[in-house]
Amino acid sequence: MQGFIYPNEFELHWGLLVVLYPYITGLVAGAFILASLERVFNVKEVQPTYRLALLTALAFLLVAPLPLLAHLGHPERSYEIFLTPNRQSAMAMFGFVYAWYLAVVLLLEIWFDYRQDMVLWARQSTGLKKWVYYALALGSTDLSEKALKFDDSAGRWITVIGIPSAFLLHGYVGFIFGSIKANPWWSSVLMPVVFLFSAMVSGIALVLVLYMITTMFRWRRIDMACLDKLAQFLFYAMVVDFSLEMLDFIHRLYESEESIEILGQMIESRLFISLIVLQIFMGSVVPLVALGLVSPGLRKGGFVRVPPELKQFVYFTAAVLVQIGIFSIRWNVVIGGQLFSKSLRGLTVYKVELLGLEGLAMTIGLLALPFVILWVLVKLLPPWQSDEEVAPA
Amino acid sequence: MPQQVPRLIAVFVVALAALIGARMALVPDTFGDLGHYRAAAVDSITAHPKKYAGHAECSLCHGPIAEQRLTSNHRTVTCEVCHGPAAQHTTAPMDIKPTAPRERGLCPLCHSYNPSRPTGFPQIDEVAHNPLTPCITCHDPHAPEPPEVPEECSACHGQIARQKAVSHHTNLQCTVCHEAREEHKVNPRANRPSKPVQRSFCGVCHAQDDLSGERIPQIDLRSHGEPYMCWQCHYPHRPESG
Amino acid sequence: MTVPEQPETVTEGERATDGAVDRRQFLTEALNVAAGAAPLVILGVVRIPAAGAQEAAGAVDQDEHNYAMGIDVNKCIGCARCVVACKTENDVPDDPEFFNTWIERYVIRPNGEVEVDSPNGGIDGFPPLDEETDLRRSFFVPKLCNHCASPPCVQVCPVGATFTTVDGVVLVDDEYCIGCRYCIQACPYGARWMHPEKHVAAKCTFCYHRVVDGLVPACVEVCPTGARIFGEVERLATPLARFMRFNDVQVLKPHLNTRPKAYYANLDGEVR
Repeated sequence: MQGFIYPNEFELHWGLLVVLYPYITGLVAGAFILASLERVFNVKEVQPTYRLALLTALAFLLVAPLPLLAHLGHPERSYEIFLTPNRQSAMAMFGFVYAWYLAVVLLLEIWFDYRQDMVLWARQSTGLKKWVYYALALGSTDLSEKALKFDDSAGRWITVIGIPSAFLLHGYVGFIFGSIKANPWWSSVLMPVVFLFSAMVSGIALVLVLYMITTMFRWRRIDMACLDKLAQFLFYAMVVDFSLEMLDFIHRLYESEESIEILGQMIESRLFISLIVLQIFMGSVVPLVALGLVSPGLRKGGFVRVPPELKQFVYFTAAVLVQIGIFSIRWNVVIGGQLFSKSLRGLTVYKVELLGLEGLAMTIGLLALPFVILWVLVKLLPPWQSDEEVAPA
Repeated sequence: MPQQVPRLIAVFVVALAALIGARMALVPDTFGDLGHYRAAAVDSITAHPKKYAGHAECSLCHGPIAEQRLTSNHRTVTCEVCHGPAAQHTTAPMDIKPTAPRERGLCPLCHSYNPSRPTGFPQIDEVAHNPLTPCITCHDPHAPEPPEVPEECSACHGQIARQKAVSHHTNLQCTVCHEAREEHKVNPRANRPSKPVQRSFCGVCHAQDDLSGERIPQIDLRSHGEPYMCWQCHYPHRPESG
Repeated sequence: MTVPEQPETVTEGERATDGAVDRRQFLTEALNVAAGAAPLVILGVVRIPAAGAQEAAGAVDQDEHNYAMGIDVNKCIGCARCVVACKTENDVPDDPEFFNTWIERYVIRPNGEVEVDSPNGGIDGFPPLDEETDLRRSFFVPKLCNHCASPPCVQVCPVGATFTTVDGVVLVDDEYCIGCRYCIQACPYGARWMHPEKHVAAKCTFCYHRVVDGLVPACVEVCPTGARIFGEVERLATPLARFMRFNDVQVLKPHLNTRPKAYYANLDGEVR
């Protein structure tokens, strides 16, 4: 502690779990927007990642509310948010955005996309598995051309609805913070937009990593056209995201409101590692330069021509760095917003505990959970064509 | 209609029905009666037991003291500031008694000198102001105006009056030790007031065999400080200074 | 609508903001509907109280009140009797990180540097100042929930567990609060805290349980110098009205437009 903080501010209220929550939600929105590229904007190169992105989005979306739930003082009362939502509250409305996104967008899109496969799998399988697939397909076994065509167009329409929904989903998370006028670190109209683009960045980077890992583990060759396209979009999203962040940064510095002094102190002392080093340098500048040089983002084939193996390595490293950077963004927003006193006269500290409901162990567990769910989903609903059909570029 | 649609609609209808059903079952009865909240919450909050009775309640039984307070410098200091929460006392006046601080500890909370306190608020230097003496020795908390040296003395002997005011002898009238005739006021040097001349005068209070209170330091006149007179070592207007 | 009406004795300036607020409320309402509240209403998810229900239920003349507090900084001696009384009256845990009300000491040095402290909310007294004579100004400021007329905490509560009563007091329903702490984040004054045992948000209630019985809040009852004045915004014949007539009053962080109802007299510009 340094300077003066209000007595009630000794306790830091939103900890690691609340950092995790926008991070995970961002991955959901980002992965979905990536999936929609193929579906709505006909970017054929990223087709190999379409279903993987959808399942990733679903896996993370299922986990997204858990950190919030674990952090509540009374998790058993959480249903109230659906029963008596306060219309004025961004958080209450978020419950509906989440439900809408899960039920109407993501599940429906996956269902329409997989229905034909589920029916076929049901026909091929025996025993329990058969019935599981039948149940998942809701017993809708009509595979006539007309029905399949309906699946396709319905899926497309849902994706069209899904894009603004994904924007809404993560924009809303940004709004939850950005609308807190009491907190000068949060209160910014750019917050939802920055959240949105950082969500795209993190989602694309995650699918890129997952695609490379899953392909390697399946002993397939990586589709370089797809990877290049992913890297290209990652680069574009990062350029927009980084520009917005810098805009926010410069805007604050230039306006230099009464909070600037304490925020400056906070960045220099408490947030130096996570903001300057991790978020800006490691998580943005380094991957931007790497992708700018190697990916086809700025120049077809990249500025530096490198062998595909090295390129893959650069992409992979950049994507991992981006994940660290995006996690740092969430950290800097959520924790940073609570490290200074609202009296603007002092800084407090946040110590992550190892165990406990809001500790590091729980965070790692919650971060691992989506991958477990994804593994189950991939087993249940394989996102890949049958083995023979895999066609490397 | 394609086969998929009715099945999906069925699923959504079930989910929606579950939500609406849950809502009807789980939303508290009084929710929304007064606004977007549980009206019953107001009742449970107002049911919170009171700890402080309020000064009006006190004056029902302690009328004279309450009245005295109202005309004193402590007129804004309500009973429970010093006596603590007394709601329980009002329900069982004989069994539960509020505190009545008689030591020096409580008063300095307000009256010890602090540069952040508003100018003009009566403050003391705890170290110099009659150390170790309980405040109520000189100040009646219900009418705390301090004992004053009459103006006819302090007009000329202001310095002595000020010293005596913060000394252990503050409660002693000037006339306890000095006899001054009326003429002293007109022609002071020609009509000097009397001064004690014998050790036994101080011994009236400070000798071991005296009957005065326990807070008065007592000495054995026969062995203490012979052959000096008391006031050769102790300054009577501020005796603790030696 | 639980937002209390403006006092009848507003000045011209206040009237102007009044209009702005109406506009703001209108926009909020409009946005609500646009944001999908309409289908929710149709589904029965959001219940709109029937017109007049508020008046009928509040018939116990609570409707006529709009409670507020005046604080005269020049009268505060920093004795923290109010803090002690509040903790006693409201069963606030003794720990030094939970306060419904607390006292801050401001020390402004000749070079304009500001030092603020509030050790244990002021309960343990204030340690002697370094360089006691090297002062420009120094004073105590009592803080508490401002019971804002536009409370950001109530705005953000997702479930309606914190609310403004018909008489303008902001309360927490601790049987309904889910403990998300959003309200604590939204409060610009640091007036809310998380109850360590109940795991719900907690705050100053203006001693609502006393006020409804015609008593003043515990902090006001025990303030030895009358630095705290409890009363009603609208009524002319209350000590608060007198206080507001005879003092230039200010509120904390007015730029946030929370319309606080803790009115400070003789407030220094350095107080935040």
